Amino acid sequence: MTERTITPSIELRDVVNAHRPIEWGRWLLWAFVLIVAANFAWIVARNPNFGWPIVAEWFTADSILKGLSVTLGLTVVAMIIGTAIGLVLAIARMSNDTLFSSLAGLFIWFFRGTPLLVQLIFWYNLSTLFPEISIAIPFGGPTLASWNTNDLITPMTAAIAGLSLNEAAYMAEIIRGGLLSVDKGQVEATDAFGMTRGRALRRIIIPQAMRSIIPPTGNQLISMIKATSLVSVIAMSDLLYSVQAVYNRTFEVMPMLMVAVIWYLIITSILNVGQGFIERYYARGERGASDANVRAVRVEEPA
Amino acid sequence: MTAAEKIVPAAAEPLVRARNVHKSFGENEVLKGIDLDVMPGEVVVILGPSGSGKSTFLRCINHLEAIDRGSIEVDGEQIGYQLRGGRLHKLSDRAIAVQRRKIGMVFQQFNLYPHMTALENIIEAPVGVHKQSRKEALAYAMELLARIGLTEKANAYPRQLSGGQQQRVAIARALAIKPKLMLFDEPTSALDPELVGEVLATMRDLADQGLTMIVVTHEIGFAREAADRVVFMDGGVVVEQGPPDVVLSNPTHPRTRLFLSRFIQGN
Repeated sequence: MTERTITPSIELRDVVNAHRPIEWGRWLLWAFVLIVAANFAWIVARNPNFGWPIVAEWFTADSILKGLSVTLGLTVVAMIIGTAIGLVLAIARMSNDTLFSSLAGLFIWFFRGTPLLVQLIFWYNLSTLFPEISIAIPFGGPTLASWNTNDLITPMTAAIAGLSLNEAAYMAEIIRGGLLSVDKGQVEATDAFGMTRGRALRRIIIPQAMRSIIPPTGNQLISMIKATSLVSVIAMSDLLYSVQAVYNRTFEVMPMLMVAVIWYLIITSILNVGQGFIERYYARGERGASDANVRAVRVEEPA
Repeated sequence: MTAAEKIVPAAAEPLVRARNVHKSFGENEVLKGIDLDVMPGEVVVILGPSGSGKSTFLRCINHLEAIDRGSIEVDGEQIGYQLRGGRLHKLSDRAIAVQRRKIGMVFQQFNLYPHMTALENIIEAPVGVHKQSRKEALAYAMELLARIGLTEKANAYPRQLSGGQQQRVAIARALAIKPKLMLFDEPTSALDPELVGEVLATMRDLADQGLTMIVVTHEIGFAREAADRVVFMDGGVVVEQGPPDVVLSNPTHPRTRLFLSRFIQGN
């Protein structure tokens, strides 16, 4: 249609020229919420009980930063081990072999079914159950190697064992859900091309499963950061433990907790941004990720 | 060269030899004793109503479905089993994977890898399974893309391609492993009618080049033009088979006649 054939009445009906009503209600609500938020921030900032100068003084203190690094280190290590074991568990759980699938099911049942705090205390006190750990021929055969449990189980190893085994149980279910979300036709294609199971998983299935694995894993990572604060009960000096150590001396409970709260918020914010990037990476080739490109390509086609 | 003029040496061994193939899904017996030989270079089109077992039979040839009775050999090897010391042994998954590597397959739903570009889809098996160098695989992939007329879509993701283009890329992906046998499982059934032609044209080219093909389809026109032999299946058995002009023009079996008359009315 050329410009000339457009009559004035049709031009008037062009939705491009439509008059949009001003939404007074929405603007008022915005103003109200902003005023309340600003007022709240003002009250918090001026409240001497928060002890902002003390927060500032301790925010980058050595002991706090050391605790922070323990929290981050534990999170990273536990998450990596947890995800690796979780992947193995997920594959075992989906296996046609009843032995593998029921063993994985048993693991998940136990570690999801008991509180993490109890698991941590259990690992820390393992020596009360098994004073010695040894590798031996079963049913009373000769011992090949033996260790004192108290030498093996430090607060650090107990924390890593507790956090990563618990994490593995949750990650197993998340990964299994992701693997199940991949179209059956994809598995058939890898079979038809004579790919081995491992290669099919690595190259075709897992990259597609990642799209549904990433969001809940981001959730898990964030709850893991906070769950690491539980290790303070087994005398592991993480961020929360370091903060508690200070306020036990100075009695500045609230300011010191604010130090921890701000650090936790900073870490989780950074993780949120990272998650966004990873999600976009695994969404490549998907509708919505590049809808504009799709249309651009389609237009050039000679039909 | 038309299909009928293709010379098949009389003494040649069949590339595919299926004997008394039975397959059930639970109580439902889908294949009730299929015997079929396919000679090297032959194009066999399997026709038949829905539920006749034709797709299941095709999927048995590369062991996507395990058969319950009988035997299937491809290129002299029994699929899924091995005769050793006078006894038949079931092969491991890994050994079956190796057997499948000389058989290309094209699916109804294309099953392209959505997270890879067209080019990456094509070189995945040559590089990862057949251990070709990336350079060699890329060169051959570009040659294949040129043959199907999609050179400029090399870096497009499947979602950015029309159904017909996706299926042509899927055909190129199957050809990239230089298969001895190509299986087509209703390759045009998921396509909009106006996109069927381009896929059939690509398949006709392959037939002319002497590739051994088994095609399960509803496209009678393709069978007439490209097939060396038409096999009509119904109720899990081969009802009738022969050259397309005989089976399609003068079917002897009443069930073939009924099926074809429905199609001609439909068109």
